[in-house]
Amino acid sequence: MASVKRHAEAREPLMHLSKRASISPVRSWIIRICAVLLGFLLCGLIAFLLIEKLQQNPGRIGDFYYAFIKGAFGTSRKFWKFLRSTAVLLCIALALTPAFRMRFWNTGGEGQTLVGVLGAIAVDFYLGGKIPEGLLLVLMLLAALCCGAVWGVIPALFKAKWNTNETLFTLMMNYVATYLVAYFLVVWVPSGSSSLSKLQHGKLPTLGNDYLLIILIVLALTIGLHIYLNYTKHGYEISVVGESIRTAQYVGIKVGKVVIRTMILSGMLCGLAGYLIAAGMDQTITTESAGGQGFTAIMVSWLGKFNPLAMILTSALIQVLNQGAAQISQDFDVSGAMPSVIVGIILFFIIGSEFFINYQIHFRGHSAKAGKGALK
Amino acid sequence: MEKKLALQMRGITKRFGSVLANNHVDLDVYEGEILAILGENGCGKTTLMNMIAGIYFPDEGHILIDGQEVVIRSPKDAFDHGIGMIHQHFKLVDLFTAAENVVLGVEEEKRYNLKEVCGEVSRIAERYGFHIDPAKKVYDMSVSEKQTVEIIKVLYRGADILILDEPTAVLTPQEISRLFDVLRRMKADGKSIIIITHKLNEVMEVSDRVAILRRGEHIATVNTAETNEAQLTEMMVGKKIDLDIHRSKPVNARPRLEIRNLNLKNEEGVQVLKNVSFTANGGEILGIAGIAGSGQRELLESIVGLQPLESGDIIFTNPKKDKPVTFFHKSLKRVKELAAQDAFHDVNMNAVSFRGMRNSAIRKWVDNGGVLFREDEIINLRHKTPLEIRELGVRLSFVPEDRLGMGLVGSMGITDNMMLRSYRKGKAGFLDRKKPRALAEEIIEELEVSTPGTSTPVRRLSGGNVQKVLVGREIAFTPKVLMAAYPVRGLDINSSYTIYNLLNRQKENGVAVIFVGEDLDVLLALCDRIIVMNGGAITGTVDARTATKEEVGLLMTKTVESGREEQ
Repeated sequence: MASVKRHAEAREPLMHLSKRASISPVRSWIIRICAVLLGFLLCGLIAFLLIEKLQQNPGRIGDFYYAFIKGAFGTSRKFWKFLRSTAVLLCIALALTPAFRMRFWNTGGEGQTLVGVLGAIAVDFYLGGKIPEGLLLVLMLLAALCCGAVWGVIPALFKAKWNTNETLFTLMMNYVATYLVAYFLVVWVPSGSSSLSKLQHGKLPTLGNDYLLIILIVLALTIGLHIYLNYTKHGYEISVVGESIRTAQYVGIKVGKVVIRTMILSGMLCGLAGYLIAAGMDQTITTESAGGQGFTAIMVSWLGKFNPLAMILTSALIQVLNQGAAQISQDFDVSGAMPSVIVGIILFFIIGSEFFINYQIHFRGHSAKAGKGALK
Repeated sequence: MEKKLALQMRGITKRFGSVLANNHVDLDVYEGEILAILGENGCGKTTLMNMIAGIYFPDEGHILIDGQEVVIRSPKDAFDHGIGMIHQHFKLVDLFTAAENVVLGVEEEKRYNLKEVCGEVSRIAERYGFHIDPAKKVYDMSVSEKQTVEIIKVLYRGADILILDEPTAVLTPQEISRLFDVLRRMKADGKSIIIITHKLNEVMEVSDRVAILRRGEHIATVNTAETNEAQLTEMMVGKKIDLDIHRSKPVNARPRLEIRNLNLKNEEGVQVLKNVSFTANGGEILGIAGIAGSGQRELLESIVGLQPLESGDIIFTNPKKDKPVTFFHKSLKRVKELAAQDAFHDVNMNAVSFRGMRNSAIRKWVDNGGVLFREDEIINLRHKTPLEIRELGVRLSFVPEDRLGMGLVGSMGITDNMMLRSYRKGKAGFLDRKKPRALAEEIIEELEVSTPGTSTPVRRLSGGNVQKVLVGREIAFTPKVLMAAYPVRGLDINSSYTIYNLLNRQKENGVAVIFVGEDLDVLLALCDRIIVMNGGAITGTVDARTATKEEVGLLMTKTVESGREEQ
């Protein structure tokens, strides 16, 4: 019998996969942390292959990794900047989350944020200095919220009415937003000048420093959205529609109404992010004002499993990577593409780790042992 | 006669995570026999067979074919060893003909010649007594024809061991007996046939031996001739079970829901309901029999307001006379309106008008139960949305066949699922989880739902527990009409009987119960009357106490011209 068994194992496939029934949170976090560490390892390897300064002086590999800490936490100014950038990224991610919970893949965060900036700056451009500063800030906020909401609700209306594909629709709306901004820049900027110079009015008041107010606003928004999604009737309807449209119809939820309402909210919150960028940071606008954060925010929301509180962590993680990568390109004198490569690799490993959390790999000959372990 | 072993399984073990699907199962299959694998849902029947068919790979143990050890890594390996499996859900290309489907995926040396294939298909069909047109497209076929194509597909590839996973679940009694004839002919031809089932009468009818699985373990293999249904059930469930459904005589049955000439077209413009008319009485269980997809789902969905009807009426009699008015379904404003229309009386039979009364006083009077309805309400539910129906105070409960895709939200816990129908209550924007949680705990206790807690996603519960949650919620709604579509599909025997008892209790409470079922034995034992549907029309109504299975089976395939019964 023993000989038969060995025979069988010899021809068993090298490895096979099986879905895990459940996994302890500790184990899943070990897997995630391992994935991030492996990602960093690979980054180091690739950096070694690509960065000349490292090849000449391999001892500086420590500096390479230290850059990630230095980039975000190196100085107090960097740290504040890190917090504020995280907050703005988180704000856009929060905006997308109600839509995602509804399985409405809003990839238009970029455009919705940009038109938010545009709305705020337009009010500032035409009314700045002509009305009291407080009123100006309120009007800028309203304009940003309205613009974002309009940009969000257009794809929702089409979805509700003709069941168009929201992913493509929202994506296309990003380009419309970009060119709309380009158009207004032509109108506003006197010929000869290349960009709109910083406006003198419409700046958010400071709270101790330039950063704290934005951080607090987004923190409040995070808690508010957490409550909205989990403890209100609206949030409940969003979850039901996201899980199954047929269930929603069965219990009498008007799906179209929920989709439209939620996308107005989603667009409005993007508009709010645009307002924070316009009134809290830039006081000007370019076609790059949203800076791709509308797309990064999709990642933040996904990684945080659409949970607003968890997204505080994921947005911070991505911001650490961004600033660390920027630090590297500064310290090692490499091109601007390198940071993107590094961020991409780490994110790839994080997303890949989800596979190992959901599935188990059995290797030849070990499967019996592994199985016994699972029985305990 | 000395029989040759065709297939042996030795110590087969398969785990999914920490779930042990099969635990050291030993099984022998001989040439020229029909072996039934009997067991409740979730006992590992299908998993075991999938390992022979190359869909799963066993964690432990080995498989021998004709005495030789083999490794089956993929369905192709299985075919090479002469094993073919006919799955519960057919795997056919709708746009292809029977012959094209049969030849699909077969790797042959010779050139592809559809004519030859057709000839071969006809030869196989003739040999075993199938009826099939090789040139017919799959989308034109009935369920039973599709199954025939699946079986021929497997035979065409030269399978000697055929595994059929619940082949009778979708067939009429007549089709079942035809299938069994075919199986017997294949057996006589020396093929080994494994049939997975949980229906005892079929096991007794067709099999030579029965292997019983329980919770992943092989309990015993017995010769069919030497056993009986009671013994098999006991081995299958692990304890003695009373297989009788206690049916009471309907008391005071009054029409509750009257369906008149319903016509419905689906999105593709196909007529799915044709002049459907019937009456469901309170205090009675009305069965709806028919092959799956004969319009049962559309009928129930039309009644609850989920389908845009072409024509017809749905008349609901809301028995309200002399019942206290509540604010449960009606707002204060609506109550005042109704009072102005003279709809209420007080305990002394005097008309109630709230004229000149303060709102708080009206509330107090109503809450104390002092205001009673004067008449029964007659409401036409046609063209009403589910929400409008509920706001009219029509308590219509519906247990849809798609439990997790329609009746419940799989990712939510029991508490949140309890709120699905009632979360709108109250003016505040926030959810009140207190009452739903209490209801969840009550259902868990009353119906013995096994779950780690009220917030465990219901998707993680077993089929039986999911159904208890759904039926429990629908009953907690104290319905006047309770409609259940295939409520015991996929449930073990114990859970099935729990559901039957719940339906019976509702009937005794005066609820009009509509039960859509597929198992004719159950329909005949549980219901009072049965209407039979085919092709979207009602082909007949029978008294469940006197009708036979064959009678119902004939009605299931009868065609009806424009809703009028042929005599």
